Amino acid sequence: MTKQVQQLDRVIIRFAGDSGDGMQLTGDRFTQETASFGNDLSTLPNFPAEIRAPQGTLPGVSSFQVHLADHDILTPGDAPDVLVAMNPAALKANLADLRRGATVIVDSHDFTKRNLSKAGYADSPLEDDSLDGYDVHALELTDMTVEAVKEFGLSRKDASRAKNMFALGLLSWMYGRPTESTTAFLERRFASAPSIRDANVEAFRAGWNFGETTEAFSVQYEIKPAPMVPGTYRNITGNLALAYGLVAGSTQSGLPLFLGSYPITPASDILHELSKHKRFGVTTFQAEDEIAGIGAALGAAFGGALGVTTTSGPGLALKSETIGLAVMTELPLLVVDVQRGGPSTGLPTKTEQADLLQAMFGRNGEAPVPIIAPKSPADCFDAAIEATRIAVTYRTPVMLLSDGYLANGSEPWHIPEVADLPVIDPAFATEPNHESAKGDPEFWPYLRDEQTLARPWARPGTAGLEHRIGGLEKGEGHGNISYDPANHDHMVRTRAEKVARIARDIPPTEVDDPLDEQGRGASVLVLGWGSTYGPIGAAVRQVRSAGHPVAQAHLRHLNPFPEDLGDVLRRYDTVMVPEMNLGQLSMLLRARFLVDVVGYNQVRGLPLRAAELAEAITKEITR
Amino acid sequence: MTTGTSTETLPFPGLREVPGADAAQTRKDFTSDQEVRWCPGCGDYAVLAAVQGFLPELGLRRENIVFISGIGCSSRFPYYLDTFGMHSIHGRAPAIATGLATSREDLSVWVVTGDGDALSIGGNHLIHALRRNVNMTILLFNNRIYGLTKGQYSPTSEPGKVTKSTPMGSLDNPFNPVSLALGAEATFVARTVDSDRRHLTEVLRAAAAHRGTSLVEIYQNCPIFNDGAFDAVKDNDTRDDAIIPLRHGEPIRFGRDRRLGVVRDPATGALGIAEDPADADVLVHDAHAPDPSTAFALSRLTDSGVLSHAPVGIFRQVKAATYDDSAREQVSVAAQGTGERREALAGLLSSGDTWTVV
Repeated sequence: MTKQVQQLDRVIIRFAGDSGDGMQLTGDRFTQETASFGNDLSTLPNFPAEIRAPQGTLPGVSSFQVHLADHDILTPGDAPDVLVAMNPAALKANLADLRRGATVIVDSHDFTKRNLSKAGYADSPLEDDSLDGYDVHALELTDMTVEAVKEFGLSRKDASRAKNMFALGLLSWMYGRPTESTTAFLERRFASAPSIRDANVEAFRAGWNFGETTEAFSVQYEIKPAPMVPGTYRNITGNLALAYGLVAGSTQSGLPLFLGSYPITPASDILHELSKHKRFGVTTFQAEDEIAGIGAALGAAFGGALGVTTTSGPGLALKSETIGLAVMTELPLLVVDVQRGGPSTGLPTKTEQADLLQAMFGRNGEAPVPIIAPKSPADCFDAAIEATRIAVTYRTPVMLLSDGYLANGSEPWHIPEVADLPVIDPAFATEPNHESAKGDPEFWPYLRDEQTLARPWARPGTAGLEHRIGGLEKGEGHGNISYDPANHDHMVRTRAEKVARIARDIPPTEVDDPLDEQGRGASVLVLGWGSTYGPIGAAVRQVRSAGHPVAQAHLRHLNPFPEDLGDVLRRYDTVMVPEMNLGQLSMLLRARFLVDVVGYNQVRGLPLRAAELAEAITKEITR
Repeated sequence: MTTGTSTETLPFPGLREVPGADAAQTRKDFTSDQEVRWCPGCGDYAVLAAVQGFLPELGLRRENIVFISGIGCSSRFPYYLDTFGMHSIHGRAPAIATGLATSREDLSVWVVTGDGDALSIGGNHLIHALRRNVNMTILLFNNRIYGLTKGQYSPTSEPGKVTKSTPMGSLDNPFNPVSLALGAEATFVARTVDSDRRHLTEVLRAAAAHRGTSLVEIYQNCPIFNDGAFDAVKDNDTRDDAIIPLRHGEPIRFGRDRRLGVVRDPATGALGIAEDPADADVLVHDAHAPDPSTAFALSRLTDSGVLSHAPVGIFRQVKAATYDDSAREQVSVAAQGTGERREALAGLLSSGDTWTVV
């Protein structure tokens, strides 16, 4: 039959099923197809901490949301237009998020009495009025899949496993996605099991063909490619971009990368990724615990490597003492915290921004540490290089605060030219820098650079530079143990000043505040940090398109702040700070600038919703 | 304890990548300008003197030697040696040394630690360093007491120890550091005594030359908080009967007139000390045995309470792959044919599914 083709400018699709149903893979493939088609996109995987939660239950539901558009977009979207639900639990867990009138595709095979009751449904929602107002397509996905792949001789159970590919084929048809990359992917992935490979490829094709021939779907949608800056692109998650950024930081500084890490959700993928890139001189050390991970990284840094440790909030807590040692020994060290819901074990697979104050203050004594936060999945690449630059230049541990949403979410990445990446000079000490009372050359490990206040980085193996460092307070210059009160006061202030001076070396605050026809700017500034960039940007667009002026700025450097930040804040009547915590940046801004910022705080384990935030901003503007 | 062993003749040269010194060195070359601040009579002085006296013998470039310590009296050690050094945090020295040794094959890496540092707060790092067999030498100063915090019992103190924190006596069973190390299948495990300079030096020489993790337990007297803990093995009157000397390939006979010997109970296989055993019954020490069980059984001849007997010498010295060598090997194998780094980086960044916008 001939189908109508309808143009859309954007759509939000959510694939949901049991955690064993392969929804992450399905979403990921749909995303790759979308990326290669040239739409702008943003994704939000959402899965339980349990590897296989009890089948068919609400806690076991895993989902993957993708937002695609013919223009640039900033978030995975608030309310899906399409839900693919592989079982009753997936329907129940996700229905409330859908926009009214959304398309709901369910596998009716799984709507058995038993599964319905596991999901808490007394009656089938397919048979009562609970789905009124939605465009519901109850399809026998499992049966159609089993029928399509019967020639490959798989058991019914194995055959039905390919139903996610059937669903992917159907959605790929609905939105006119290119299919070659998925076919090639399946052929690679199941190369060692030909019947499974063929069944998956066939299920994918059958899903597509079903869409084309069935009368259930009369419309195919077209979303044109988004205009993008010329260049080569790929889709990338935050964890992958961060790992690449670390490799780039190593290459651009000429320092061999040493990662000391202990597996922890949602940071482990950085360890996995880096362990694949030993050819870049990368050493990955899976330590016995979080403390050993950072300890080994610091030991490697003492030896002249780019020491890195990756973790999440609970691990950062364990590393505190060693970060203090790195502050005291003034060695370069990267500490990557992929934040998750806390406190304690909290919500391991969900996102949050509640480690900012831990990063800032979570150590004994006055122990300042620079803090950098990427704003989007692709930005994790640049943020990792910037963290490397600051750590190496200033001989200091640097905290890089990603989060669960950035880690697993993805977006198109304009692949940079390596020649355009910054070059980082480790400037190792090579000779004595001082003269003893007797006139002999000697090495003073705490004789500082006058501009940066950085101390020399002298690698073992450099003759004449033998020295001892450690956690005890050292005398300025000579670096011997010192209990002198004036020296301690001086050293505490110097370490603080060294970090504060980084502000001279970072860009000023970039404020987006379009002037109206009278040349006036907004009176409300929305200031964010980290992964809230997307939702804030989307909310600001909504507010502006409703005719309200609003300014937006985003912080990459949380410590030190850009030098002009205080002036920027004071220019506005109201400064609103949305965060996925209870007001941690707000607290820092109030303390530092005595500006009474207005917080907008949610800790739901999910990214902020742009529409809700837009409403809150509008309320602030029209107050 | 007379068998001298030079580093060249030892079977597993641990220092092969470390550059040698251009000229002969003396003890003075390894002495820093810092005033040594241990209590008068502390056993640490003797160990420091032995190490400073022995390092020139290694013939390594001074700048390629690194001492890493944790926290405690003994952990001040690096400040007094004119090499590279780091006085780190409590218990973590083996972890820090693991990173350093893995990233730098050209360094001789030493860890200085104590019974509290290595076995209590840092117990986890110690056992994992030992099982990984990272190329480093760990000197564990065991004084069976907490010194720097002024006299609490330690994880090697005898049960019932009355200290500031245990006025009615301590309740926990002690670790035997040698048993623990052998349980972790450490490839070099030895015990020596601070006051026996010659034996200490001999053990250090073998430990430094070993490729892999060497654990050397040094019985070290704390004259302030636990004076006399090792008198049995130090006093001229008692030591011959108290020290069970371990020399590879030799029967374990000791005591006045060599009347005592270590024998195996044929029924249970357990080791014990017998008076005037027949030559054929005396255990011949095999430090190179691949299985650590007999070495472990020997370590159990140490008293867990007040010390009256202790085997001293090298319990185990076996060849095994080291973590750091293997880790560097993986990196170098992976790097073959990578070509220019930045070109390779460009290739990495644009790997996977890409698309081009013109």
